Amino acid sequence: MDPVQSAVALTVREALHTLSSSEDGGHLLSTLGALKRYLSGAENPALPGEQEEFARMHFSAVLRCLVGRLSPGWLELLPNGQLEDLWASFFLEGPADQAFLVLMESIEGAAGPSFRLMKMAQLLARFLSAGRMAAVMEGQCRQLTEPAFRLLQETLLIKVVGLPDHLGNRLQRENLEAFLPQNYFPLLGEEIMRVLQAVVDSLRGGWDCSVSFLSQVLGKACVHGRQKEILGVLVPRLTALTQGSCLWQRVCWRLVECVPDRATEALLTGLVEAASGPDVLSRLLGNLVLKSKKAQFVMTRKILFLQYRYSTPMLQSLLGYLAMDSQRRPLLRQALKELLETWGSPSAIRHAPLPQQRYISSALLICLAHLQDAELRDSQDELLASLMAGVKTRLDSSLPAVRRLGMIVAGVASARIHPDGPPLRFQYEEDELSRELLALAAPPPVADSPSEAEASPAAETPDRGSVDSGVPQAQPEGSGSDLDSDDELVPYDMSGDQELKSGKAPAYVRDCVEALTSSEDWERWEAALRALEGLIVRSPAAAREVSVELAKVLLHLEEKTSVVGFEGLRQRALVAVVVTDPAPVLTLAAQELSRPGRLPPQCGSPSPTSQPSSTQAPAWRAVVQERIRSKTRRFSQRSPGRGPDAGPNEFNLVAGYFFFPLIRHFDRPLVTFDLLGEDQLVLGRLVHTLGALMYLAVNTTVAVAMGKALLEFVWTLRFHGDAYVRRGLLSAVSSVLISVPAERLLADLPDELLEARPWLADVAEQDPDEDCRVLAVKALLLLEKLRDTLVPLSSP
Amino acid sequence: MAASPLPPPDPQFVLRGTQSAVHALHFFGGAQGQGRPLLLSGSLSGLVHIWSLQTRRAVATLDGHGGKCVTWLQTLPQGHLLLSQGRDLKLRLWDLAEGRNAIVDSVPVESMGFCRSSVLARGPERWMLAMPGGGSDEVQILEMPSKTSVCTLKPEADAKPGMPMCLELWQADSSPRPLLLAGYEDGSVALWDVSERKVCSRVACHPEPVMGFDFDSQKARGVSGSAEKALAVWSLDEQQALQVCRTHELTNPGIADVKIRPDRKILATAGWDHRVRVFHWWTMKPLAVLSFHSATIHSVAFATDGLLAAGSGDQRISIWSLYPIRSDASTPSLGHAEGREVGTQALA
Repeated sequence: MDPVQSAVALTVREALHTLSSSEDGGHLLSTLGALKRYLSGAENPALPGEQEEFARMHFSAVLRCLVGRLSPGWLELLPNGQLEDLWASFFLEGPADQAFLVLMESIEGAAGPSFRLMKMAQLLARFLSAGRMAAVMEGQCRQLTEPAFRLLQETLLIKVVGLPDHLGNRLQRENLEAFLPQNYFPLLGEEIMRVLQAVVDSLRGGWDCSVSFLSQVLGKACVHGRQKEILGVLVPRLTALTQGSCLWQRVCWRLVECVPDRATEALLTGLVEAASGPDVLSRLLGNLVLKSKKAQFVMTRKILFLQYRYSTPMLQSLLGYLAMDSQRRPLLRQALKELLETWGSPSAIRHAPLPQQRYISSALLICLAHLQDAELRDSQDELLASLMAGVKTRLDSSLPAVRRLGMIVAGVASARIHPDGPPLRFQYEEDELSRELLALAAPPPVADSPSEAEASPAAETPDRGSVDSGVPQAQPEGSGSDLDSDDELVPYDMSGDQELKSGKAPAYVRDCVEALTSSEDWERWEAALRALEGLIVRSPAAAREVSVELAKVLLHLEEKTSVVGFEGLRQRALVAVVVTDPAPVLTLAAQELSRPGRLPPQCGSPSPTSQPSSTQAPAWRAVVQERIRSKTRRFSQRSPGRGPDAGPNEFNLVAGYFFFPLIRHFDRPLVTFDLLGEDQLVLGRLVHTLGALMYLAVNTTVAVAMGKALLEFVWTLRFHGDAYVRRGLLSAVSSVLISVPAERLLADLPDELLEARPWLADVAEQDPDEDCRVLAVKALLLLEKLRDTLVPLSSP
Repeated sequence: MAASPLPPPDPQFVLRGTQSAVHALHFFGGAQGQGRPLLLSGSLSGLVHIWSLQTRRAVATLDGHGGKCVTWLQTLPQGHLLLSQGRDLKLRLWDLAEGRNAIVDSVPVESMGFCRSSVLARGPERWMLAMPGGGSDEVQILEMPSKTSVCTLKPEADAKPGMPMCLELWQADSSPRPLLLAGYEDGSVALWDVSERKVCSRVACHPEPVMGFDFDSQKARGVSGSAEKALAVWSLDEQQALQVCRTHELTNPGIADVKIRPDRKILATAGWDHRVRVFHWWTMKPLAVLSFHSATIHSVAFATDGLLAAGSGDQRISIWSLYPIRSDASTPSLGHAEGREVGTQALA
């Protein structure tokens, strides 16, 4: 045996013996002092060979022995805490990894709250605050070759990252501040920065180093969901350090490259979130997406297509990162292609939740903003084809939000993809969403300093605004002052100064009918249309004489001249007719709806710019019902919780006139509508209307029959693919539950209710449309309530 | 600059009770230092109402036209003499002094048309009256109060301007010769030299008959409205030649009356589209569209204090207060104040 080894072994064995048995303070002190000579940095140190041997073979044993002796009495063998200081110094000054492991081991091994446990925890806190964690990690960076350390590294990794968990478990309520995750992980971040600094220094000095342990720590911390805490410290520092230093950039790239695959996603999403812009991301990641398959998958698929919780700035960072390097740009093009496909895929439109569709649209527009015309031209045909298919599918959707997204994105995308052709243009009202999306489509600013990168998208808009307005602003001011140099006569609002057309308005309802049917004088025609509602309301008797004829005329009225507010005028007139003479007009209206080939063609085809006019029918129905309801006298105001008022419902007289003819023919394809086929929007309106009618038929005698018919109707359509139709069905079910008295429901419709229940439960859980889920839950609640009302009924 | 324009103004108050369409309006008084002026209105039923703007009620009703429409009302600058022209082919002179309301004289009108007459006061007891004459295209000039016919102004045979539609007698500051501006049925405006009985100048302003005009003798500029959809602004140069400066397109056709406010800042038009339009007189910038009435507006009038009245076929008279006249114009003897103000403007 090597003499050095045996000498050290002998000393240590004696010392351990003394430590474990002696109660003499002085003796202990001298023994510990002798041992301390083996620690680096001690006064009067032992030979380097001896120190090494001690550290390698005996240090852990000494520490364990020290831990074992720890007790209040033992520490008080010497006054003034001398012994404790000396005791602690072994942990704080000896080889950090072993000290750390022994500390953790003793803490984990403690049976329960005890003096020793608390002492050890406090010591660990001192260990952390003394920056020894950096030493632990730095030690791992230097040990490049020894495979035996694999296991040790693994253990260390678990302990380092799992420290807050272990300590929390052990100490329960006595846990120390320093071990709370929100404090520990920022500290760990700081320590990693120190180690990285050391690594960079030693690389500069020409020594090899490995950052793989750091990568593992980082990755594991991210997997534990601590991205915010740890990256919140690392990213700003690295952002600053990597600027202008290639060495730092390389170290940083290496750091992310070495992260194990299973942690890549957690780390990358955290980084994208924490990085302040594409250029920062580019400095931190380098060409990681090209080197690592996993990273590529996360960056180009997972974040874009499989998740949608990230903010728009994150998307901008990510896609900007892809755009910043010529090697990465093909990925961006690929992403655009796939985004566009997903955006337009009928299945995605049907099944993806709206926020995700919005997310994909944002990503799409950002991609477009980054790509240059030449790049787009390469795959123009392909892109255009999927865009057009997508636009068509979206405009066919019955959900306004889906159509809107279609219009906004298609407008921008067509202009970019096919700059030579006329861009698609749609009429939609500007709102926050459209402004936000259109802003994304603006080409990204060229930021020359990184600190601007984040602020520039926001700062760009006002900047440009002021530059743009600078020129025209001067003009009105100049001309204005020119005009008003004489005096300051400020004009009033003159927007109400419209052309006057009342000159030719007919004075009787009959004249209106005549003017609307046969007049070739368009001014008179328009005046008649404008005057109609007032005339009907003023002379209901006269209106009743021609009500059916008038309703027929109005239903078939074509907008021959572009009259402002044509739809509104016609609708108001129709409402007036229906209110004046409900029964015959309602019968007529229902017949007209289901008669083949009678309604003007614009009723059937949904146009992107406006609601099809056939949707007017349900809309005006709702108005009618609102009016009827407002005319219903209420005898008492009950508290809202107790169900609908039991007043006489005047709707009773007319409820069936529209309802039954309407529901009768839905499944026969007509010349105008194919309700079960393409015209799902009309079907959706029909279902909603039926639901509304049902709701308003509360307290009518016909409600039970209506409810039965409606439930049957709902049952046949319950798996309809269109979310809008399904919403209608669900609200119709709720209407039935509200309007049909509870006893009658149970007596007449028990099977239907039994069937409906599992279906509702299924929808509430699984429907892709959020509104559908909510509506199903509401219907279920109504069913519950129904049961509650029935139980007391049957029990007494 | 204001971000959003002021909302359209409302009338200050409304006078009801004429019980028929209002065809003529005239502010009276105010210059005599008696506070607010009175408003005279002539109605389709032949009555002239005298309204107090303080109590906002009719203080007297004059019935002198046999139930025929009163088309024109005018008071003489001095005294309390009121002239009213009716479609009963009579021009009545009323004495309104000290609460009297008696017909003191009457002049037969020979024209069946709607042409309003005009007066030019040349002294307290000497004034000149221009009214449509017996021949369809003639204008008759009378020396009043003697009712002596001075002359008849008849266009040259080949001119064929049609009937006179509106008249304005005036006199340039520089010369004592009375001049007459007349708007004709063919849309032209002519300037007559009354003493020489000849047309100095004539210009076609509108394709439709001129329905009303007003002339600003200080600026030698006038504005006319017709049955068409535009206002015409024309001016008179030193050679007394009329020329059209510009036309101003309107939303709806038909202007029944045009008045320039005494301070020459703004002008108002009475529209067949039930609306009064207010313009900046010098720039013709539209300032306001006053929509209150529900029938054709037949007449507008400005008081010396800037109040605007509009009389309409809906039997109501609306009173508006827009763009108040600056304080120096509210001194009692307005004639002088006006002169002063114009003088300062000329200096500026």
